[in-house]
Amino acid sequence: MNANPILPDMATIIEVVDETPNIRTFRVRLNDESRMQGFSFMPGQVGQLSAFGFGEATFVINSSPTRMDYLQFSVMRVGEVTSRLHTLKEGDSLGVRAPLGNWFPVDEMRGKDITFVAGGIGMAPLRTLLVYLLDNRKDYGKITLLYGARSPRDMAYQEDVREWRERDDLDVVLTVDAPSEGWGESPQERVGLIPHVLTDINPSPENAVAVTCGPPIMIKFTLQALKKLGFADDQILTTLEKRMKCGVGLCGRCNIGTKYVCVDGPVFKYSELKDLPDEL
Amino acid sequence: MEAKFISHDDTTGWLDALSEQHVVLAPMWDNTVVTFRPHVKGRTPVLDRMPVLPPKEGVFPQNEMLLKYKYDKDPENLDRTSVQVKETLPQDTAVVVGARPCGTRGMTVFDRVYNCEKIRDPYYVGRRENTLFVTVACTRIESTCFCHDVGSHPADAEASDVLLVPVAGGYVAEPVTERGNALLDSPFFAPAGERSAEAAEVKEKNRAKLPAAHDYTGCGEKLMDRFNDLAFWEEQSAKCISCGACTYLCPTCYCFNITDESVGLTGKRLRTWDNCMSFQFTLEGSGHNPRPTKAHRLRNRVNHKFAYYPDLHGGAIACCGCGRCIKSCPVSVDIRAIVRAAQTYTPKPAPEGGDER
Repeated sequence: MNANPILPDMATIIEVVDETPNIRTFRVRLNDESRMQGFSFMPGQVGQLSAFGFGEATFVINSSPTRMDYLQFSVMRVGEVTSRLHTLKEGDSLGVRAPLGNWFPVDEMRGKDITFVAGGIGMAPLRTLLVYLLDNRKDYGKITLLYGARSPRDMAYQEDVREWRERDDLDVVLTVDAPSEGWGESPQERVGLIPHVLTDINPSPENAVAVTCGPPIMIKFTLQALKKLGFADDQILTTLEKRMKCGVGLCGRCNIGTKYVCVDGPVFKYSELKDLPDEL
Repeated sequence: MEAKFISHDDTTGWLDALSEQHVVLAPMWDNTVVTFRPHVKGRTPVLDRMPVLPPKEGVFPQNEMLLKYKYDKDPENLDRTSVQVKETLPQDTAVVVGARPCGTRGMTVFDRVYNCEKIRDPYYVGRRENTLFVTVACTRIESTCFCHDVGSHPADAEASDVLLVPVAGGYVAEPVTERGNALLDSPFFAPAGERSAEAAEVKEKNRAKLPAAHDYTGCGEKLMDRFNDLAFWEEQSAKCISCGACTYLCPTCYCFNITDESVGLTGKRLRTWDNCMSFQFTLEGSGHNPRPTKAHRLRNRVNHKFAYYPDLHGGAIACCGCGRCIKSCPVSVDIRAIVRAAQTYTPKPAPEGGDER
């Protein structure tokens, strides 16, 4: 971050990946080489991307700090800023304010079994953590990924997913909402809602942590499923999204009671969330 | 530091002289309201009443440029553009004249957020350090005034650099800070002499006019007790039309929006006062809104000032008691009444069951 927390670093897009019909991934490098070399962050931290003339929006840095060739952000096209970002090409400039917010407690998670439960674009903040864990594989127990999307074509990170499916130190289960042609030939490919498939996978809560992100309705039922499986509130991690402007705890719109998602989050344990006023 | 005296007739001349060196913001009539405007030489400031707009304008302007940007097209490849960005930190020194003690003290609410261990906002801090406040002690207590309920009084000099106390024929100017004292080093001032005693009397007299202070101790817990009682908030917000007058006129409301304004290939990023009573304030791209109704939004506004902020900042209430939100509300929402309703809340008796009588 700059001494002026409102001032973005200028960055250049080195690669654009079309993930799904409405999600595009941008790989960027800060223009100031010394700042790029000195850039450090932890899995789960976010950044504000600037499309000057259109504004800023918040995205998780979904690359891993173990791989610093570039910073990666995935943008789902929903509004003015994201629509503008989607027009950017390799070589174009944008502004980056990062890293912002807190991160997943990777030290506390060491030695434990980790179950990832991702829905749709909710895979983005889990990707950074998953890659980080895989790059520090010996420090963690059994790792399971359950990733769901509406349909096979709505599944992002196809290239990663292909690689992950082939690893024998990672259990991957993918699920889509409705049967689809060519889907289901492998036991890794399921049809059904995420909470149901999760119950079916039946991960043990023993010395384990579950990490979930996705649409609010998915999170709600995933939490219920995790509770039924025996996961305690402090064994469940999630990462929140709110409308943000400043990203540094000033502008006053992302607070849930006294907690500001931009600085006190976005990563929360479910045990912490439960203590907050109900205003998600 | 010694108190001085300035006559009413000399006040304008003093501001004329100050405006040679500083941006001087002073209360002026603008149509039907008194608001802070850059001082125009020869024009008499309106110092006999509380300005409708808050003095935060001096440190936290309604519109503030954060940075400029400029797109450059590559002449060899018109498809390719690069962007240059330049931060625009404030440079001016300013003097805000004619705020009331409540409004000036409102800046302390900003200070705890914008200049703390966690974050130092360079725009805010730059202006704050280069802005002096010449505050006028109050001699008229209005029905909407409640500064004494939140720990202040009509001659409170907290956050002021000079306190002007109205006396016969002019003001006794009491320096509060060294920099404030330097402002009084001017031929328009004479030693206050015996007028200091008169100033002390004026201050005491107005303090005595205040009704007994309301006790807000523990109001945060009481408000949080009502958090999930949406019916309570619906009742409190029933009249509200979400116009935002309360937020824009509040000396302690510090929330903002950031927007870009472009003209051709150049533009600026602006910070503007924002209004948490608006539906759009927290509306997310997905269409989800964590504060979907005015009941949710009023709950956040009241709780921010009387529960969340005190919780985060050692008990300090984020309200200076100026009463602008009450006085200017088109539908007479009264924040004092809302907090009191939470403090004194007793559940309505449950309707008697059955028909056995």
